[in-house]
Amino acid sequence: MSEPNHARRFGAIWIVASLVATPLVIVLLGPELPPGNASAQSSGQVTDNTVLLGMATPVLLLVVLYLIYAIVYFRQPRGAVLEGPAIRGDARLQTTWIVITSLMVLSLAAYGTTRLLSDNGAGSGSGPTPLTVPKGPKLPVQVIAQQWAFTYRYPTYGGVEVPHLVLPVNQMIELHVTSLDVIHSFWARQLAVKADANPQVDNIAFVEPTHLGAFEVRCAELCGIWHGEMFDRGHVVTQPEFQRWIRRARVTYAPATKELPPYSKTYQPEPVRRGG
Amino acid sequence: MSLIAKKLLVVGAAVAAIGVLIGLYVADWATSFPKTVAATSAPPNTEGASLTLETVAAVGKQLSPSHPDWVSYLVRTKGRWVRTTDFNVPANSIVHVTIYQFDSPTGLRNPFLSQAQGTVGAPALDGKAFASIPAEEASHTFAVPELGVFVPLAGVSEEAKHPCEEGPCEPSTFDHRTITFSFRTGKKGRFRWQCFVPCAAGWYFGNGGPMQTLGYMDGFINVV
Amino acid sequence: MSTTAAASSIPQPAGRPVWRRLIGFNLLTAVLLGIGGYYLGWFIGHQINGKSLEYQSKIDENDVALLLAYAFGVVGFLIGLGFANYPVSRLLGRPASLREKEAEGIGRYFGLCTDHKVVGMQYLIGIGVFFFIGGLNAMLIRTELLHTTPTVVGPNQYLSLVGMHGTMMMGMMTSGILGPFANYFVPIMIGARRMAFPRIEALTFWLLMAAGFILTSTIFFGGFPTGWTGYEPLNDQAVMGMDSYIIFFALVGISMCLLGLNMLATIITLRAPGMTWSRLPIFVWSVFATAILMVLAAPVLVATLLMAALDRTIDTSFFIPGGGGSPYLFENLFWFFGHPEVYVLAIPGFGIVLELLPVFTRKPLWGYRLAVSGMLGVTLLSFFVWQHHLFVSGINADLRPFYMLSTEIISIPTGFIFLCFMGTLWRARTTFSVPMLFCLAWAFNFLIGGLSGVFLSDAPSDTTTHGTFFSMAHFHYTIMGGLIFTFFAAIYYWVPKMTGLRFNERLAKAHFWLMFVAFNSTFLPLFVVGLNGQPRRVSEYAPNLHALNVWVSISAFVLGFSMLIFIVNTVYSMIFARVAAEMNPWRSKSIEWQIPHPVPVNNFEQIPVFDSDPYDYGTPVPVGSARPEPAGA
Repeated sequence: MSEPNHARRFGAIWIVASLVATPLVIVLLGPELPPGNASAQSSGQVTDNTVLLGMATPVLLLVVLYLIYAIVYFRQPRGAVLEGPAIRGDARLQTTWIVITSLMVLSLAAYGTTRLLSDNGAGSGSGPTPLTVPKGPKLPVQVIAQQWAFTYRYPTYGGVEVPHLVLPVNQMIELHVTSLDVIHSFWARQLAVKADANPQVDNIAFVEPTHLGAFEVRCAELCGIWHGEMFDRGHVVTQPEFQRWIRRARVTYAPATKELPPYSKTYQPEPVRRGG
Repeated sequence: MSLIAKKLLVVGAAVAAIGVLIGLYVADWATSFPKTVAATSAPPNTEGASLTLETVAAVGKQLSPSHPDWVSYLVRTKGRWVRTTDFNVPANSIVHVTIYQFDSPTGLRNPFLSQAQGTVGAPALDGKAFASIPAEEASHTFAVPELGVFVPLAGVSEEAKHPCEEGPCEPSTFDHRTITFSFRTGKKGRFRWQCFVPCAAGWYFGNGGPMQTLGYMDGFINVV
Repeated sequence: MSTTAAASSIPQPAGRPVWRRLIGFNLLTAVLLGIGGYYLGWFIGHQINGKSLEYQSKIDENDVALLLAYAFGVVGFLIGLGFANYPVSRLLGRPASLREKEAEGIGRYFGLCTDHKVVGMQYLIGIGVFFFIGGLNAMLIRTELLHTTPTVVGPNQYLSLVGMHGTMMMGMMTSGILGPFANYFVPIMIGARRMAFPRIEALTFWLLMAAGFILTSTIFFGGFPTGWTGYEPLNDQAVMGMDSYIIFFALVGISMCLLGLNMLATIITLRAPGMTWSRLPIFVWSVFATAILMVLAAPVLVATLLMAALDRTIDTSFFIPGGGGSPYLFENLFWFFGHPEVYVLAIPGFGIVLELLPVFTRKPLWGYRLAVSGMLGVTLLSFFVWQHHLFVSGINADLRPFYMLSTEIISIPTGFIFLCFMGTLWRARTTFSVPMLFCLAWAFNFLIGGLSGVFLSDAPSDTTTHGTFFSMAHFHYTIMGGLIFTFFAAIYYWVPKMTGLRFNERLAKAHFWLMFVAFNSTFLPLFVVGLNGQPRRVSEYAPNLHALNVWVSISAFVLGFSMLIFIVNTVYSMIFARVAAEMNPWRSKSIEWQIPHPVPVNNFEQIPVFDSDPYDYGTPVPVGSARPEPAGA
């Protein structure tokens, strides 16, 4: 019985498929990947996702094509009770596999770390003292999560608080995310920002919007009955529009502003529990 | 059929019957909502619809046998106070809301919400228009965040002579504050409304129990 | 001895009325004592809360009473089953006995029985029931998600359903494979007559049943809003239904820990002569690895929940920021348990797949040592990755590169399993029987789960995927695709041995194909849904995701329907058709298929002596790698 050289044949199939599919995935699917290009961080994440997808494609193809190949070729003939060859391992293949997967994994971790640090946290909540801070002027904006709404405070504009987020374009924003009660998570999908809002914690995330337009804000951590309803729509506007808008907001919300406590990194309204 | 098969069948049938009963119970529990009350048409010479609500510090055994001491909203329909928070209001029209407020102040966690927003004209407290109230005087809020409506409700003074201890409370008998305001509805939809004052006594940050249970301090505005 | 003969041989004392037989330590007594204990605890709780804690308790809610009621109820239930008899009789100086093992007939499945094979069957049925309850919750969740706003299911109930589904699956299915199959087959596979601690073995099962009942009872107390993670401070804010969650998970934790301990003791001490570590069946190795995780991780959970219960009842403020505690503490402790927990679910799946593969490919297991080191590697590493659940939480953000690295390193030992899987398939003579189909499906599902995990382990990419339906789809691919598919593989493979009856092949194939297609059709679109902005556990979502959600819901209903096919097949095959299974339908060389059927109470007349591992395929040696020594030798 002449068995074909399965190793060579399958290897060829896999290499050809990978060489065809991987560039296609990177070129065609890559630019379409979420979260888009509304901010420097989201463009960065699209790059990350493209790299990860590019690395995952050959792996996916290896296993899936192998499964198909095995199902097609390595079958028990109908009605037969043949035994397979008693191969119990292959030291060289095992070593190669370990070396290659280790290299892939280490390079993934190194890549992820580089991206995380070079992109100043890549839009994610980086705690009260972020490891890297972008240079240049930053506009601080506080995100206050409460059951069940987000409100936003601009400390450099008289501490005015507003119900919807408006950000100027091409300006590094320093988001200070905190909560008044339980854990929430501030997720501005198009801007690629996600930061948990913890009570008594000032969770900082950096984002630089690069495109004008609206973005969705949603709560991404279960926070009680209206978790799903805790959404909002924010806007990225030009610098002059932003200045006009904030001037108007300071007038509109003047009655509320005078009730507000002084701006602070976190708030602890008393009491923790209320008696009857 | 063998004996063991018969025994298995009996056991299996019993398990299946219990399972179906449990399943029906769970499905019934999962799909229960407070009943819907439609806004009444506004008084003559006024366009739109009107809703009459009240807030009570303790809802009472009559309206909530399992949780008589919970704080709650009630709605007036067909001359009676009913404990439900699911309201139908017409689309593209004005809704006039009257709230009789019987509870004492708790204070807002976020004082920003002490300013009234999203109403048509200024809301009125006991007949006097207001833009905001002192944050610590708030007893509840009526808020529909998706429609941009936030109205703080000032509390009854702690020294009131005739405080209402238990719902339902009649405005003619007990001390209360009356808040009136109107808001405009747009296209059809289902919007949650809630209270932003941490008014649930005993819970962490005053935000558990009635503050997280449909039918007390949370509900839906159905724009139909 | 046939099963029928065993059933009719129940001793029936002449003239003893039926009601007399109901008195004693049995399930009926257990339920009555459980109810009695419940009301006793409730009463005591009201005395405590009413008299001394009233100033700080939640209005119209009494957590003390419910927690005590559950605790007393469980104790009463266990006493009623007879778990106190042995310790009490030992304290009174009576000799030790394993009397509970000797019961016969169908009745022994409904009480305390220390025969590991009976416990295995009890687990299979018991876990199966709760698995279907958990699945029905998922059906209700998907019914609600047919709409963009809460329409069918109320928002409170929706969150409770999400929590019940997650908690039920994560809690009960931890023992999904270890409970039924490890309890039944590990002693046989290592040539033992029993588990090391038979009474503890029975205890783990009945604790789990009490726990499942308690979790289901949460709907009488308002449900709980936190999902299976039970994050503080939302946990502290919840109504009494939260206490059901706390007691449920604490009981599951105790049960898990005891089960793991029992497995470790059995595998270490009760191996037959010749059953060296390098001949241990790979399934036993996977049980060994899982047991290590259970013993080390579960106590953390129990302690955490105790702290949460104290926070809820007497305001200890472990997790309350205003009182000096921290919600971060809960997140850390929970995931320190929670991440090993997901490997508790995954590793037995590896074991099943690698155990079944040689049988259906007629080849020895490829890379036995690599597979073992893969499982042990996953076990070790799984304790060092938990903060990847907290990448965006702001907690110790500087450590993110470390957790990224450790999380990605864990894919190296997981890769070993895949290599062994692929190596065993190499030039195989595969028969595509139903168990084998489920194993092949495992490979595809777990691959998708693993590759999507790369996006979640990468901190920049996780910013978008964290807490969304993307991560939800990811863990359904690993847990449902990894555990539940192998669970069914094990059922179709081993239940013919356990019951002596054959499944209907056509219905089984229909079940597989429908389940596989519907599973992928349900969870693949959810990756897209998550990336496009749907967070987890919401009952209201953006209208532009409506069409995909409807697609997913319909697929989920088909998935649910495939489970109905399984039930129909089980009822038909096990009750109506009752076609006897062949002695060794898969021509396996593993020892459980060589011993008589039904398996005698003591498994072996003579303790077998092993001279090889059970993967002696591909050689002309016919059957029987382990032979019982001739009597009198």
